[in-house]
This record gives sequence, structure tokens and C-alpha cells, in this order.
Amino acid sequence: MAESGVTDGLCNAEDIERSKTEGKELTKEEKQRLRKEKKQQKKNKEKNDENASHEGKKKKKKEEKPVGSASQPPAQPSPKVPAPPAAVPVPASEAPAPADKPAKSKADLKAERRARQEAERASKGKKGDVGQPAPTGKLKAPPSELQPVVKRLPEHVQVDDPEVLKKLAKKLERQQTPGCNAAENVKIPLRSDYGYKVSLFSHLHQYSRKAPLTQQLGIPSTVIHPAIVRLGLQYSQGIVAGSNARSVALLHAFQQVIRDYSTPPNEELSRDLVNKLKPYISFLNQCRPLSASMGNAIKYIKKEISNIPSQCKEEEAKVKLLRCIERYINENIILAAKAIAKYSIEKISDGDVILVYGCSSLVNHILCEAFEKDRKFRVIVVDSRPRLEGREALRRLVQKGISCTYVLISAVSYILPEVSKVFLGAHALLANGYVMSRVGTSQIALVAKAFNVPVLVCCETYKFCERVQTDSFVSNELDDPDDLIVTRKGKTQLEQWQEVPSLGLLNLVYDVTPPDFVDLVITDLGMIPCTSVPVVLRVKNMDQ
Amino acid sequence: MELQAVLMAAGGGSRMPDLTYNTPKPMLPVGNKPLMWYPLNLLERVGFEEVIVITTKEVHKMMSTDPKMKDVKIKLDVVCIQEDGDMGTADALRHIQQKIKTDVLVVSCDLITDVALHEVVDLFRAHNATLAMLMSRAHEFTETVPGQKGKKRTGEQRDFVGVDQSGKRLLFMANEADLEDGLSIRKSIMRKHPRMHIKTGLVDAHLYCLKKAVVDFLADNKSISSIRGELLPYLVRKQFSKTTNCPKSKDDADDQAQKTIDGSTNSTELLISSRDEPLLQLAQERSCWNDHRGDMSEAYHGGKLRCYVHIMDQGLCYRVNTLAAYIDANRLAPKLFEEPAVHPSAVISERCQMGSDSIIGAQSQVADKTSLKRSTIGNSTTVKEKVKVTNSIIMHGVTIEEGCNIHGCVICSNAVIGRGADLKYCLVGSGQRIEPEAERTNEVIVGTDQLMEI
Repeated sequence: MAESGVTDGLCNAEDIERSKTEGKELTKEEKQRLRKEKKQQKKNKEKNDENASHEGKKKKKKEEKPVGSASQPPAQPSPKVPAPPAAVPVPASEAPAPADKPAKSKADLKAERRARQEAERASKGKKGDVGQPAPTGKLKAPPSELQPVVKRLPEHVQVDDPEVLKKLAKKLERQQTPGCNAAENVKIPLRSDYGYKVSLFSHLHQYSRKAPLTQQLGIPSTVIHPAIVRLGLQYSQGIVAGSNARSVALLHAFQQVIRDYSTPPNEELSRDLVNKLKPYISFLNQCRPLSASMGNAIKYIKKEISNIPSQCKEEEAKVKLLRCIERYINENIILAAKAIAKYSIEKISDGDVILVYGCSSLVNHILCEAFEKDRKFRVIVVDSRPRLEGREALRRLVQKGISCTYVLISAVSYILPEVSKVFLGAHALLANGYVMSRVGTSQIALVAKAFNVPVLVCCETYKFCERVQTDSFVSNELDDPDDLIVTRKGKTQLEQWQEVPSLGLLNLVYDVTPPDFVDLVITDLGMIPCTSVPVVLRVKNMDQ
Repeated sequence: MELQAVLMAAGGGSRMPDLTYNTPKPMLPVGNKPLMWYPLNLLERVGFEEVIVITTKEVHKMMSTDPKMKDVKIKLDVVCIQEDGDMGTADALRHIQQKIKTDVLVVSCDLITDVALHEVVDLFRAHNATLAMLMSRAHEFTETVPGQKGKKRTGEQRDFVGVDQSGKRLLFMANEADLEDGLSIRKSIMRKHPRMHIKTGLVDAHLYCLKKAVVDFLADNKSISSIRGELLPYLVRKQFSKTTNCPKSKDDADDQAQKTIDGSTNSTELLISSRDEPLLQLAQERSCWNDHRGDMSEAYHGGKLRCYVHIMDQGLCYRVNTLAAYIDANRLAPKLFEEPAVHPSAVISERCQMGSDSIIGAQSQVADKTSLKRSTIGNSTTVKEKVKVTNSIIMHGVTIEEGCNIHGCVICSNAVIGRGADLKYCLVGSGQRIEPEAERTNEVIVGTDQLMEI
């Protein structure tokens, strides 16, 4: 019976595990299922253990059952009520509650469960579990029968694990570009983290702008193409910011790399060029974590390079690749913007009051186009610290002649009654329909929902990504914490913030907005609801 | 390749004639290393693999014999030019224009610094600048300079440097000598950068990153002969001139017409535009970054020509072009490197009292009962008994006889100081002999043939 219970629980286990790690809220059915399984485990154990020792204890446990079992009776006949599970996943606060109960048998159960778990883990030899306990830290003893699912977490969200960091350092070493002197293999430097990280985000990198990666590189840079070094610097200093701008700049730099590239003897362009690009990409990743749009652009380029037939001459291949890049930018950014503008103009009517947040190049483009097509509307620009990107959006709109109002995000609930529509830009659209955008976007979407104001997200299809995320903790970007420090009249109160042990500065860059708050997504393929993103992804994959 | 390094080592050292009439300035010993070793070491440390050295034949000959220069691992591509001194730094760049294939980093041979060079080069890279230079807070020279009559105020003309609020963008540069009666700033600059900080008292380190287009521009404009004196102010002014701000230079015809009117700007109107301009423009348009705020214009005010400066607050930065600077540099340069104070081949007797901040060069001999404090003794120098040397710089091949007392002096190479001489704050030229029992204070002792050089 134990075995069937195990296999039965396996598929459910995966769901439960996933929901456990992705969200602290389990649905009611899942909770019930979990409890059922645990009870079955207990039943089996009790059969093996001496019944006598349990008889007396059962009565006591009956009385002191945690709240969660109240919903259990319909699922279980009451006399068979076993000992409540040692760790009920639902309210984590209840987990310590049974601790003072008859400890002996519970300790036995726990010990046995743990031993079984260890055995299973050892037998499967998983390494991916290292990252898992972090998000499930609240649970005391994860149920052993639910097989731990192997999940390979990307290394940029495992910064607090020293082994992962060591692996990353080794990987950067291996990604050397064999330069003209084959004897010297210079490696890509590893950028070190800066400052105290808030514990909830300690699994992410946090760099300081004052310590650029170029400190560790030689001048002139021979290991990394100078165009890439320049790009990396521009990323880390924020000169090129915004996902469209970053993709365009990346492709421009790749164009220069391809132009300066010459195939070494006995090598094929299709394979060697891809290998050449790998260290550059790691370098750029160190300067600033890659965005979803950049990731898709890189995938496209790598695919194009690999598809070059081997009999193609180098010059032809290079010209072909350059043209591919031009075409990609033209189709996915320039023409897509035009198409999105065309669709959006239908949604903007005269007399509208449109709210925008931060500086999204696409939303600015749409508004400027709409203004040129003689729609009468006014714009409210919402801005937030520390980036204050709204000022740049404000400048561009006012330069065109659009009448604008400027508020900080703290005033959003005050001005929302005036607003008729909210237009938001997106950094990426995730496969489960969540919108990843600048931090503060989900707040605006939430308040807009509360006021029943329609929220429209504008996003090109090349920013759709296959990742799934339901919260902003797992994968995010930490910006320089010193940006939060304000200097007024020459006085900086927070100058010595690192010496205050109880103070942590957190400068998040992105957040995710659930699809319930988004009414429409305007893409170059048309206007789709948020939940159709996986369909678009599937269609795109089929095309390729 | 990203940057090519060019070392300007042909300068004459016109501000310290007493030191340089026999030894050319690039080979003057500072801390027992030739002066040009310092910038070469800086370039080597940072990662350069080759340098183009522009120098004279005489220096080239001396370079090949100097032992310290053999330690330099960087590949030197020596270009010799005539010694007549008419060639300015810009002329020299024009001379090697064929060798320049990428952007260039120009360094002067008299620069001793421990700057983190990536600060300057990062400005050059990140903002796609035409010029990036290094400046430093000027330090007061504390040592008494031999041969100085009275407290002479540094009669050097001041430099006015205007930077923007961030302290990085160079807005204005002029020398006091060029300004007639006042400092005038164009309105267009004030409109774009309403807050400007004007600084005097900055030392120009003569370290410049220049775009390749500038070198090509120099090749066509033969009237510019000095980088510091003419090219730099021209570039800084050009940032705000109307022609370079026109984004689309479709009207080439107008430019041609301008040629005849404006002599110095012909069609090589500093072509800063690179190909792929449209993509870079697109990236900049889509980027939500601006370098200034408060007005309606885009990043960099749409200007293509940008000049940046990195001003060092702390750290060492010396230009050894005056005697005072030379003496200070001798004090501080040895501290830059962890090298033993006494060269292993020097012979020092046991009864010699040597202070901790003195250094002794190779194959020198110091006899008994001598006292050396805060001094630099060069290679192959002989110091006999009972000599007291304090606060002095003794170059190579000098012989100091017994019983001398040398305080605060600079003694050039191959000089001979007779026994019992007492010298305070003197400068003894190359190959001079001081008669025994001489007592000189605050004098410059050079050969009579040098006195007539004007």
C-alpha cells in the first residue's frame, strides 16, 4: 500500500512541489491531497510500529489537532484519524505547534521520514536540490514520499551558494578566447558582489556601479572585442537602458564583431563564431544581467550562424549575417512598433486621459504617433525613484506637444479617478501570462484594477519568453544600492549605511504583474488577452 | 585593436636647462630610473603590448645602453625625429599618421603617476568620446629649489578648465596667456550647461585618448602643431559649434562653401560619424537615459563631438618639467614601487649611516663614516669618507671626495666635488668640478659654454 501511495502521489507531488516553490498559497484541493497522502503514510507506519504505544497517544492527538484537520473529516472517516502530519504545509506557523506534543513518537516518525528521504536523495544523486530548500525554507520536514523534483535553477539566482559561484568562476575561466598568443589564456573576470544584500534577495547578484568590470581587464582589450567592452560599460553605467535599446545596441555590437571576425584555419565559421560569441555574452552578463529580449536576439543570432552552410565563403557568410541582423531589427522592433501603434490608435479616443509609467520606448512611440494622427488626449506620467525615468518620458512627450501631468507613484491612487486608460510597457511577457516590467508596474496595475480602469500592456512578440514566474523574488535584478542614497545640500545621511548592522538597502529593478490585472496585450500580431502568450510562443516556435 | 599607445619623448625640457643640457629629458634619472621608464611601466602594467615611441636619435642611443630600459618588456617601436625642436606634439602625431590604425593614447615621457588608467579610458569608451584626458590637483612643491633667488611665485600662466556638474564633461579650456582681458564663455554653452565649475590649479597630465578621426584631421590641417596648446582648445570649442551639431549632414554642398570662408575647417570637418550610425542612433533614441536634465534636448544635446576629463583627487601625478617638480618626483617616485633601497651591486661600508628613504644605485661605492639622509645616489657613484649628504640628488658617475657636506643639492652626472666642499642648495651641472674647500650656497654651477645659450 505504501508503494501505490507513493506512485499515486508522484504526479501530484510535482504539482505540489511546484506550487510550493512558486507560491506560498496552495489551493484547497492540493492541501487536501497532501494531507491525504500524509495520512496514508502514517497509516502504513502505524501498521509496522507497535500499535500499543500509539493507542494511548491517539486520543491526545485527537484533541490537539491543528486547525487544518477541520476540513479533513469529509475526506476521512473519523475513527481512522491518524496523528496529524508533523508539517502541514499550509500555515507554516502551525508547524511548530505540534512540537510540544508527545514528542517521542513524532520524533521517531520524523527521523524515519528523514532517513528515507536521505536514502532516496542519495540514490538519485541529485544536485539540483541545493537550490530547492531555499524557497521552501519555511517547511520543517518536507514529506518524504513526495519525490523531490529535480529542478536546475539558473546560476544567477543561486548567488548565496558558494559552490555555484565556484562553478561560475570556473566556467568563465574555461571560456577563454584563445588569442593570438595561444600560450596566454586570459579569462573573463568575475565581478564581485557589493554591500549587504537583504536576505530575501541574497540569491541574486548586487554590483556597484563604482567598480566596473573593466578594472580587471587590460587596456587595450584584446580578449574581448572593444565594441563589446564599450557595450558592457554602457550597460553597467545605465547609458543604454530599456529592453529595446539594449537589444539594438547588442545587435549593433555583434555586427561589428562579425565584421572584424576572420575564420582561423581549419575551423568552420558556423561553429567557431558561435564559440567566439560565448565569452562575450558571459562578459555582458557580468556587466548587467541579460534581458529577455537580448536572450531571444542571441538565440536568433546563434541559430543563424549555425545554419550557415559550410561551403559558404567567409565574405558571403558575413554579409548574410549582417543582413540577417538588420532584418531582425527591422521586423521585430521598427515594424513591430509601427504595427502596435496602429492597433493602439484604435484604442485611443478623443478626450482620453492616459496614464503611463516610467519611460517605455514603445509607449512613447505610440503616444507620439497618436498625437500626430490628431487624437485629442492628455497624458499623466507616473514616476518613481531612484531611476526617475519618467522625466525622460515627460521630456519626449512634451517636446512633441502633448499636454502632460507628472506625478510620483505615491500619488497614483489620487489621480486614478481622472484616468480613462493605462498604457504600460513590458520588459518581457512570461509564458504563464505574467508581465515582467519595471518595479512599480504591478502596483499601478493593481490600483487601476481597483478603480476599474482598463490596463493595456504593449509588447513586441520578440520579448515573449518561455520562463514562468509568479512572484518577483525568484528571479529579479538588484541594482546598485547606493542609488537610493540622497545627497541634499551636500549632506548625505546614509553615507555609512554599510556600518549599520540592521540596515539593508534594496534597489529592485523588475516586478511581475499577474494577468488578472491586465486587460489587453497589444502586440504586433494583434490584440490578445494575457493568457494567449503560450499560444503565440507555440506558433512562433512552429514557424521556426 | 582598441587603442594604440604613443609616447612623446622628444621634448627638450626647456624649463630646466641646467639639468638637460647634457642629458636629454627623457633619460633624466628619477629614483635611479630614466624618466621615460615611468610612463612605459604604467602602460605595461595596464596591459599594453606595444608602444610607439617618438624620440630623438640621441635618446634612442641612450635607451639602448641603459640597463633599466632593458627591463621594459613592452615592445617599443621607436620613431626618430629631428632634434631641432620645431616639431610640436601634433606635428609628431602627423608624422606617424600612417602607423595609426585605431584610436590613440598619447602619453608624455615626463608623466609619473599611479592613476587607474581605466577611469580615463572608460570615459572614452562609454560616451564614445572624441577626447578623454587626465588632470590632477596640483601639489605644492615643498622642497627648496637650488638656484632659486628669493621666493619666486610660480610665474607659470594659469589654466582655466571648465567642467560640467558631474565633473566629467569638459566644457571650457583656456590658458591665461590666451585671454585678453577676461574670460568669455559663449551663450550656447551656458544654455546647454547652466552650471559650470571653473577650476584653476589643475595639472594637465598630458595623457590623452584621441579618436582616430582626430589624427586624420591633423593630417589635413597642418597649421596645428601642439596638442596641448592648439588641438585641445580647438576640440573643446568645437563641441558646441553649430556645424557639428547638425544631425544629418546632408548639405555637403554648404560645407564645401564654408571651406573657403573658414580656412581651418575643410571637408574633413572632423568626421566623427561612423558607419552603422543609424543603429547607434536608434539605440540612443530608444534608451531612456539622458546625461543632463532640465531642458528639452536629447542626450548630449545631440552633439557628436564630446570631450571628457578625469580629475584625480588622490594619488600621485607629476609632470617632471621644472626643477621643483624634478626634485619632488625624486622624493616620491621610489615609493611607487617596492624595490630595495640599496641596489645589490652597490658596495656600502658598514659604518655608513643611511636613512630609510635614501636609495643607492648600481655599482656605487659608499665609504665609511658617511651619512646619507633623504637622498638619491645614482649608478656608479663614488662617495668617499666623512661625507654628509642630506636632501640631495646625486646622479650617475659622480665622485664626491672626503669631508664634503652636501645639503639640498642636485649634482648632475659625472661631476666631481673636491674634498671638503660645502654646498648648500646648489645645482652642479654635468661634468663640472668643484674645487676643494669651496663653499657655495644657492648657486647654479654650470659650464661657461652653457651660460651663453639663450
